[in-house]
Amino acid sequence: MIKNNMDESLVKVSGVDKVFKRGSEVIHVLGGLDLEIPNGEFLALMGPSGSGKSTLLNLIGGLDRPSEGTIEVGGKRIDKLSNRKLAAWRARHVGLVFQFYNLMPVLSAQKNVELPLLLTRLSRSERKKRAAIALDIVGLSHRAGHYPRQLSGGEQQRTGIARAIVTDPTLLLCDEPTGDLDRKSGDEILDLLNTLNKEQGKTIIMVTHDIHAAARATRTLHLNKGRLSTEAVD
Amino acid sequence: MKYFYLIFSSLKRKKIRTGLTILSIMVAFVLFGYLTAIRQAFDAGVEVAGADRLIVRHKVSIIQLLPQSYEAKIERIEGVDNAAHQTWFGGIYQEPKNFFAQIPMEPEELFDMFPEYVISDEHKAAWLETRSGVVVGRGLVERFGWKLGDRIPVNATIWGKKDGGRSWEFDLVGIYEGAEKGTDTSQFFFRYDFFDETRANGTGLVGWYTVRVTNPDKAAEVAAAIDAEFANSSKETKSEPEGAFIQGFVNQMGNIGFIIMSIMTAVFFTILLVAGNTMAYTVRERTNELAVLKAIGFTDRGVLALVLGESLALTFVGGVIGLGLAWLLVSMGDPTNGSFPVFYIPNRDIVLGLGLIVTMAFVAGILPALQAQKLQIADALRR
Repeated sequence: MIKNNMDESLVKVSGVDKVFKRGSEVIHVLGGLDLEIPNGEFLALMGPSGSGKSTLLNLIGGLDRPSEGTIEVGGKRIDKLSNRKLAAWRARHVGLVFQFYNLMPVLSAQKNVELPLLLTRLSRSERKKRAAIALDIVGLSHRAGHYPRQLSGGEQQRTGIARAIVTDPTLLLCDEPTGDLDRKSGDEILDLLNTLNKEQGKTIIMVTHDIHAAARATRTLHLNKGRLSTEAVD
Repeated sequence: MKYFYLIFSSLKRKKIRTGLTILSIMVAFVLFGYLTAIRQAFDAGVEVAGADRLIVRHKVSIIQLLPQSYEAKIERIEGVDNAAHQTWFGGIYQEPKNFFAQIPMEPEELFDMFPEYVISDEHKAAWLETRSGVVVGRGLVERFGWKLGDRIPVNATIWGKKDGGRSWEFDLVGIYEGAEKGTDTSQFFFRYDFFDETRANGTGLVGWYTVRVTNPDKAAEVAAAIDAEFANSSKETKSEPEGAFIQGFVNQMGNIGFIIMSIMTAVFFTILLVAGNTMAYTVRERTNELAVLKAIGFTDRGVLALVLGESLALTFVGGVIGLGLAWLLVSMGDPTNGSFPVFYIPNRDIVLGLGLIVTMAFVAGILPALQAQKLQIADALRR
């Protein structure tokens, strides 16, 4: 169970290395990285392409495993979990928002939002009810029956956020959530993330290239060549 | 149950491709059902053959006749319970395409030797009272729309009459039913005494004997004893189990089972490639979506099950519709207009068909499903 104590770090990344191998080539993406993220923080991760932002996000979200080091979320070593337990952990504690929304094109917004609830023991009516609440939170109740192709980019991303919050996760990981949107839609998404952070206490880690988006976070960290700093590196 | 909509929604993604694949699978299962019924028609006699019955025929060929006097000698051999002779009449009813078997037999022996032919006491008594009487199977009666009391003319191709004529006339006095679904009810039995007294030649000669043994486990020994009894005579015999005898007849047309099996194997192999190809494309196109499913908490096994579920849904829809259509086609009647003794899809082959659906789903889906199972989320999301 993830602890929701404001005084404790929700996420602890200690001495994390991440190495990718492409044939005989070894690529060091992250090296000896340490990071603590308090509960309830809205953290923006910035950095140039290939700096390891998304890799770090994937490691914290349990989508990938570090080559070295440990990752604790809510006091639990997630790097040690089996694939099956890690999947169950993700389903319960992590909400993911992607740059290109990654909605199922053959499912309506309502069904897309319901997807994570299929992994719970909730009844069909309860799943439907919770998906409706999530869609209401993102202001898309009136579009519940629409398919992704019938929604604008901003609406698709809001559906993606509804899918991410429908299980009431502790941690919301957003990988360039405004990267594919115009400024107005991007602002709406950032407003929504701010609301989720402030009113619902969600801890949010957002990867972004956009200084304007990062300005909405409570803290911004910069990654460059696998190292973290509080200041941008040119 | 809650994953059904996810599985069926995925199949709706490429409607034309899914439709064509389902159509291919459907055609394969229509063929399966129809060819199964044809094979059953050829195998029916073999399957209902009594394990306790032997066929004794002339050693050279079935068309060489045996003396009727052999019956008493056969019945004296140890292990023989009863013997009944039969002869191939080979007549034509109206026109050659109306083929069916006509067999002269001793009325008392027919229903004793073949308990799978069921007749009422009333019809049996009528046959015993009518020298020109004939009892006919239900299938044959329905094929030609005959009814009790009808006079049926049959033109002889082998057995001319003493008066020089070739037209034999029989009175329909009885109808027998099959004890089981696969029983041959396409036969036409008439009295041997009428046949023997009316035919112009061959008096006292019969085609073959059906012999019932007291102990089926000793059938081979009894067969050997019968052949030994007539060894070195002018009409030596060859005795064999009834099933082998009927199979020999069927094999004269070729190994029907092998031919049908070969066709089915080729069809199913091709369809397997089609279904496998569809599933492979389905998974490849959805790498990103499958990765998202894993990212939100679906386990590796869960994703494997989803892909196999899609494969099963695809083959199940096509297979069940195909089997259903085959059943409808078979119900409409056999393609020879009634020459087959039976024409139906046995229950065991329907179960086999359902088993094939599941097997096909598994074989077509397993490689893409394993591919989906092994998918690394971070790698797949980067693509």
